[in-house]
Amino acid sequence: MSAPPSIDWFPLWLSLRVAALATLFVLTLGTSVAYLLSHKNFRGKEALDSLITLPLILPPTVLGYYLLVLLGRSFGLGHLYQAIFGQPLLFTWQAAVVAAFLHSAPIYIKGARIVFESVDYRYEWVASSLGASAGRTFFRVTLPLAWRGLSSLASLCFARSMGDFGVTLMVAGNIPGRTQTLSVAIFDAVESGNGQTARMLVVVTSVTALLLLWVAARVSRQPARASHSASLKE
Amino acid sequence: MNGPVKIDARLRKRLAAAGDTAAFELNIHLKSDAAVTVLWGASVAGKTLALNCLSGFAKPDEGRILVNDELFFDAATAVNLRPRARRCGYLFPDHALFPHMTVRENLQFAASAARHSSRLNKHRRMTELLEAFELSDLAACKPAQLCAGEKQRAALARMLVGDPRLLLLDEPTRGLDARLRQAFYAVLRTTRERSPAPIVLVTHDLEECMQLGDFVCLMESGHFVQSGPREQVFAWPANADVARTLGIYNLLPATVAALDPSRDTCLLDVAGSGVQGRYLKGRLIGDQGYLCIRQTEARLMPNLGRRALNQIVLRVQAVTPSAQGVRVLLEHGAAAVVSEAQYELLRGENTLTLEVPPPAVYFIAK
Repeated sequence: MSAPPSIDWFPLWLSLRVAALATLFVLTLGTSVAYLLSHKNFRGKEALDSLITLPLILPPTVLGYYLLVLLGRSFGLGHLYQAIFGQPLLFTWQAAVVAAFLHSAPIYIKGARIVFESVDYRYEWVASSLGASAGRTFFRVTLPLAWRGLSSLASLCFARSMGDFGVTLMVAGNIPGRTQTLSVAIFDAVESGNGQTARMLVVVTSVTALLLLWVAARVSRQPARASHSASLKE
Repeated sequence: MNGPVKIDARLRKRLAAAGDTAAFELNIHLKSDAAVTVLWGASVAGKTLALNCLSGFAKPDEGRILVNDELFFDAATAVNLRPRARRCGYLFPDHALFPHMTVRENLQFAASAARHSSRLNKHRRMTELLEAFELSDLAACKPAQLCAGEKQRAALARMLVGDPRLLLLDEPTRGLDARLRQAFYAVLRTTRERSPAPIVLVTHDLEECMQLGDFVCLMESGHFVQSGPREQVFAWPANADVARTLGIYNLLPATVAALDPSRDTCLLDVAGSGVQGRYLKGRLIGDQGYLCIRQTEARLMPNLGRRALNQIVLRVQAVTPSAQGVRVLLEHGAAAVVSEAQYELLRGENTLTLEVPPPAVYFIAK
């Protein structure tokens, strides 16, 4: 038996960074979109909902292809990005963030819409009849009441972002030390017959994921218990 | 109307049929100068929809809402104040206290949302209300730790923090037991002392309507069947249907037999007996209709076989126990409630006499 190879921790850090950033974007953008879908009526609302669900159904390769075209230098979005940041987006770790975002946002938005819809409208009515502005009502009433649902969705979102493979590979590529995330690194190790590294990385991924999910479950479990015992007392 | 009109709301709203609900139209004109206006009706009468229109959560198709001469809504000139600009205190049946805040935080939320007074004033108002509604000791509790009565007091206090312009109470005693109901009536008095805002209260409870309402609107499938000061509505139901819906009257088929304007009397023929009452303006001899009399105002006596004025002999159809004693059902759908002791005197009789005092005689034309 050869000595265990020293592990390259880069893919883990990159994966965590990508997932954290993607989750952050999903939380801000996704929460607003979900709130809009649950509280406002506008033309094309269900069409927008379908469009948001689309990435869930499309194969990663199709999604990746769209992104390659959309974020490429010849197209508006990629051009805009380069104009602002001075570098192309494709095949950088930032592209992996976009991939992870697309991978996890649909689930978050779908779930958050239901979470927002299940917040009793009367709390929001009371808030506005008391004179609270829409923003105040959202941040002080709707969001705290939806928090438990949203936080568990966020952890799901983080987990999905960590696990993205197909789209990431297509738009960020497999550049060790630059764009190689955990899942891509494992694929790379297996491809090149590097069983030892693959096994290490698989264990690292599993342990990290388990740890994160456990933390998330702990965070969102506490209020559930409290409200349960309160409803028993009633 | 005596005082200035406090609420003048003409509302018309059509709801299209959707899923398992049929189409519905609300069409009312609420005009009241009273401190407490009660909307009374069954559960599909459109009472809550009316409240939602007043508070701004539903938009009427047509109409105009004026509260103390302030325009909330006018379809003609496209005025539609947002709920937060209308500042209506809205009490829901389940109180809707924010579950993630303590009682004090609930009040604080209301205080900081109200922008029109100074911070010190708000604080003083909050403390004052916590005390007035006996919540000082519960201020640190979450709503889940409170009982129904406490929740209600907290919701009322929260409603009053921002000096609302109109108070809307939707079935405030739903699900409360008799003791808590009485407690609520007392709390409502506190509410009235603390806020000059007119109150619109929705209920299907007749007792509550009587105890609290100054001005009463009887609603049925989206419109008022009768509205007016409470005494008037209950003394003189507009027609036989209203009287039947209220369910506290005996309606006996009657014919006008004689009219004497000089002595201010009339004579009705009710089931073969003569009933004398006050002169009926605008009626003719031979007019058909009903003698309408409150069940509690008619006295039930044994049938002595004599024919006397204002004593109607009726056959007994059924006897059932009731919360107040014994309920005796007579022919023509008449009923009377007597105490158990009184019933002992009447037991076994096939016919009984219903005595109607002349001032209580009220004739409803068919």
